[in-house]
Amino acid sequence: MDDDSRHALFEYLLRLGDDRLVLGHRLSEWCGHGPILEEDIALTNIALDCIGQANNFLQLAGSVENKGRTADDLAYFREAIEFKNLMLVEQPNGDFAYTIARQFLFDVFSFHLLEELQHSSHQELAGIAAKAVKEDRYHLRHSREWVLRLGDGTDESHQRIQSAFNDLWMYTGEIFQADKVDDLLFEKGISVDLKSIESKWSENVSEALTEATLAVPDAEQYMASGSRQGIHTEYLGHMLTEMQILTRSFPEAKW
Amino acid sequence: MEDESKLRAFEARIEAGEKIEPKDWMPERYRKQLIRMISQHAHSEIVGMLPEGNWITRAPSLRRKMGLLAKVQDEAGHGLYLYCSAETLGVDRSEVVDQLLYGTAKYSSIFNYPTLTWADIGTIGWLVDGAAIVNQTMLAKCSYGPYSRANIRICKEENFHKKQGYEIVATMAKGTPEQKRMVQDAVNRWWWPSLTMFGPPDKDSPNSAELMKWQVKLQSNDELRQRFVNLTVPQASVVGVALPDPDLKYNSKTGNWDFGALNWDEFFAVIKGNGPCNRQRMRARRIAHENGKWVRDAAGAYAAKKRAA
Ligand SMILES: [Fe+2]
Ligand SMILES: [Fe+2]
Repeated sequence: MDDDSRHALFEYLLRLGDDRLVLGHRLSEWCGHGPILEEDIALTNIALDCIGQANNFLQLAGSVENKGRTADDLAYFREAIEFKNLMLVEQPNGDFAYTIARQFLFDVFSFHLLEELQHSSHQELAGIAAKAVKEDRYHLRHSREWVLRLGDGTDESHQRIQSAFNDLWMYTGEIFQADKVDDLLFEKGISVDLKSIESKWSENVSEALTEATLAVPDAEQYMASGSRQGIHTEYLGHMLTEMQILTRSFPEAKW
Repeated sequence: MEDESKLRAFEARIEAGEKIEPKDWMPERYRKQLIRMISQHAHSEIVGMLPEGNWITRAPSLRRKMGLLAKVQDEAGHGLYLYCSAETLGVDRSEVVDQLLYGTAKYSSIFNYPTLTWADIGTIGWLVDGAAIVNQTMLAKCSYGPYSRANIRICKEENFHKKQGYEIVATMAKGTPEQKRMVQDAVNRWWWPSLTMFGPPDKDSPNSAELMKWQVKLQSNDELRQRFVNLTVPQASVVGVALPDPDLKYNSKTGNWDFGALNWDEFFAVIKGNGPCNRQRMRARRIAHENGKWVRDAAGAYAAKKRAA
C-alpha cells in the first residue's frame, strides 16, 4: 500500500473507531440510571458492543499506522482535535428521548455503512465490519422501536422526542460529507460510496419518523461540519478529560 | 388441623431434600421470608450497579472498560432474574421496587460505601463478589426451587467477576508505587464492610433458626463469614496486600483464621440508613425511577394502541 492510501486508511479507521468509542462512552453514562431495568441492560449492552467495535477499529488503525501505537494509546493519549468522531455522537445524553434520537440517527448510518464495509477490499476491515453489522442490526431494531414508542406514545413523549430530533438534526449533515480520504479509499474499493448510504439513511429515517407520527426536521437550517477534520462541539473535551484521567495521570502504569 | 398436616408434609419434603416449587403449598411465613430475602437480594444487585458504574467512564483501558461494563450489566441481569423469582411467590416487581424506593426494604449495606479510586473496582470484585459467592453458593442449595436455580446461575457469573477483580488487584499490587498505595488503601477500606455482608452475628440474627429449619439457609452467618475469611487470607498473601486486622491469626486447633471484632454499631447504623452513601444511592435510584416514568407511560400507551389496532 502506498503512503497516501496508508494515511487515508489510518484516518478512516480513526473515524470508525472514534464514532463508536465516543458513543459507547455516552451510553455507558446511563448505566444504573435507566428508565427501566430492561433498558439499563439494553443500553449497557449496546455500549459494550460500541466499545468492542471501537477497540477493533483502533487496533487496526494502530497497525496500519505502523508506529507501534495500540488501541489504548489512540483512545487515551489523543487530544480532542485529533478525535475524528461525528459531532452527533458526542452530544450529551439529555433525557431518554434525546439518547434514543441520537442513537437512531447513528444506528441507521452505521448499519448501512457496515453492511457495505463487509465487502471492503481490505480484508481485516471487512472482517471487523462483518462481525459488527450483526450487533448493529440489533441496535437499530432497538432504537427504531423506541422511536415508534416515544413518537406514538403519549403527548409528552411525542413532544420530547420531536424536540430531540429537531435539536440533533444540525449534526446529521456532516455524516455524508465525503472528503479526500473517502474519495481515495472508495476508488480502491476499501470504503463505500457515502452518497448511496445517504439515500438509504434518508429513506429509513423519514419512514420511521413518519410511522412514529413525527415530523422530519427542516433541512434548511444551520448544519455543523468539520468533525472528520477534528472540529468538535465543546462537549468532547470534557468527555476526554474524564475518560483519560487515569492514563494521563500515570502514563507509566499498567492497569 | 388441615394446615397442621400440610405443614408436616411440607417439612418432610424439605427434610428429604426436595425442592419446593411455586405451585406447592407452603406456610405463609416461608413465603414471606423468601419474598423478603429474594427482593432484598434483587435490590442489592441493582443498588450495587451504582458504586461500580461510577468508574466505567474512567476505566483505564478499553479492555478494563469492557470488563466493567459487562460486570455491571450482569448485575442488572441478576436483579431482573431475582425479581422474576420473587414474582413466583405472588408479588409484583413494581410493588417490591416501591418498597425499596419509598418504603423500608433493605439492600446490602456494602453498597453504601464510596468507590474512590480505580483500585476499589478490583477490590469490590475480589472481596464483595467473593463474599457474595460464599453466600450464594449456599443459597443455590436452598429449598425453594426458583431461588435455588437463580443462585446457581448467578454464581457462575459472580465467579467471573471475582476473577476479574482479583486480577485488577494483582496487577496494581505489582505496579507503580502509586498503584500499590491505591490498592492497599482500597483493601483497608473494603475489608471490614465485606465481612459484615454475611449479616449480624448468629446470636443477634432473629430470623436464622427458622430459615435454617426450612433450609432457606443452610449455614449460619458466622459460619459463612469464617469460610470467607479462610478463603481470602491466602489470596491476599499471594498478591502481597495486607488485610487490615492485627488480630488475624491462624488457629491450628480449629483450622480457621481467627479475626478481630467487627464494628457492629456501624453495621446497624448503615442498615438503618446512616452510612456514607445511603442518601446518595437512594436519591440516584429515585431520580432514575421518576425520570423514567414518562418513558414507561409512553411504552404502555403505545402497547395499548397496538393492541387496540
Ligand atoms: Fe450479582
Ligand atoms: Fe457480581
